[in-house]
Amino acid sequence: MKKLIILSTLMITGLLSYSQVYLTRNGFIGFYSRTPLEDIKGENNQVYAIVDVGKMNLAFTSLLKGFIFPKELMQEHFNENYVESDKYPKASFSGTFTGNLDVSKDGQYPVMVKGMLSLHNTTKEIEVPATLEVKGGTLSGQSQFEIRPEDFRIDIPSVVKDKIAKEITVTIKVDCKPR
Amino acid sequence: MKSKLVTLFFLTAILDNRVRAQDPLLRLLDDSISANARPSYVTGTFKATHIVNMQTVESPAAGSLNFGLDNATLRLGLDYGITDRLDIGAGRSSFDKTFDGYVKYKLLRQTDGTDRMPVTVSALATISNYTLKYPEKSYLDATYRTAYMGQLLIARKFSRIFSAELSPTYLHYNLVPAAADKNDEFALGAGGRLKITKRMSINAEYNYLLPNQMVSTKVHNSFSLGWDIETGGHVFQLVFTNSQGLIESQYIGQTTGSWGDGGIYFGFNISGNFNIARHDRKRSIF
Repeated sequence: MKKLIILSTLMITGLLSYSQVYLTRNGFIGFYSRTPLEDIKGENNQVYAIVDVGKMNLAFTSLLKGFIFPKELMQEHFNENYVESDKYPKASFSGTFTGNLDVSKDGQYPVMVKGMLSLHNTTKEIEVPATLEVKGGTLSGQSQFEIRPEDFRIDIPSVVKDKIAKEITVTIKVDCKPR
Repeated sequence: MKSKLVTLFFLTAILDNRVRAQDPLLRLLDDSISANARPSYVTGTFKATHIVNMQTVESPAAGSLNFGLDNATLRLGLDYGITDRLDIGAGRSSFDKTFDGYVKYKLLRQTDGTDRMPVTVSALATISNYTLKYPEKSYLDATYRTAYMGQLLIARKFSRIFSAELSPTYLHYNLVPAAADKNDEFALGAGGRLKITKRMSINAEYNYLLPNQMVSTKVHNSFSLGWDIETGGHVFQLVFTNSQGLIESQYIGQTTGSWGDGGIYFGFNISGNFNIARHDRKRSIF
């Protein structure tokens, strides 16, 4: 029986590991809201990211509670009032990328990433340019794009409307190692 | 039997794979994130540092300054977070022209996830000194005018809308009105908040002064109702209470108004937050 468990575990993991997979547990996502009245930023250094270069797909996930703000009150409001992290703890992305990538050669590879971004119990399709970089066995990914809070049913009360940007800039940087 | 079990096992394994295959990468990350999940501290048990008159377990974050304007009788106060767990504050009330100072330390913090800590517990110590001149009581010196208070604040956020707090209280008055009155008095406070929208809550608190401690004057237990409205960095509180004082030694042990006789005060609190140092979660001395 024990052997069987080991065997089936190998089967399950085997299906995932036959193509080359890169992974990190401390990727970075930052978001920035800039208005004349107030600048707001939240940064998370515990982002999980995975890239399957064979299938050319990738995924991200992060705990919203992991976003650190310079002002703690903002952090509390972010969790309690805006993303409701007690109900919807994660933000995640799953998609594919197109472009030429050769992991055996160091260099920068511009790609297009397309997939589903989930936040606050809402999923939206996004397509953004990104840069993949191969350097000494590490696969790094970088991207910057804009998202709108209203697309994720995050309502902003009228009193603070002028303090929160209509479009929030999201910056992603991950350094993945072979799994 | 055994072969059936084996077949079933493999079938489950294959089926499981097909489910996972829909989004294997994300699934893998989610598994990994739950495997590494650590308990995190529960935040926002209360919106402000006061339920109504009672202090809450909440304190300003390290490096942030909280100002308060309490207006049943006026109290102006400043709170400062030395660390995320330790804060100090000082205030001045128009009632009896009283100065007060306090130290509050978070002993335990409620967590969610595994290995849960069910409550947040803070210890609070307050000292107060009133300076109003009573010409007929020339003997009142600084010592006689001073009172002390020690309190354990035990709070739990039961759900996103409901939090409650219990506070065993010890009071010491250097001077009480009559010989039969006790200098050391004990009380038990209880309070809670119920969120009615994301940014509004109804708060209530009751402080029960144990009987036969203050006998020379008729003292009522303090009961207060509040309505919190949060707007960005400020919290406004509309308050109904039978206590005129805003410091523990005054509202717990010296409340003379009664809800029954219409001795109710209406007031409002405003509190706001300034950051004078960067917030960094990794920094903690205590």
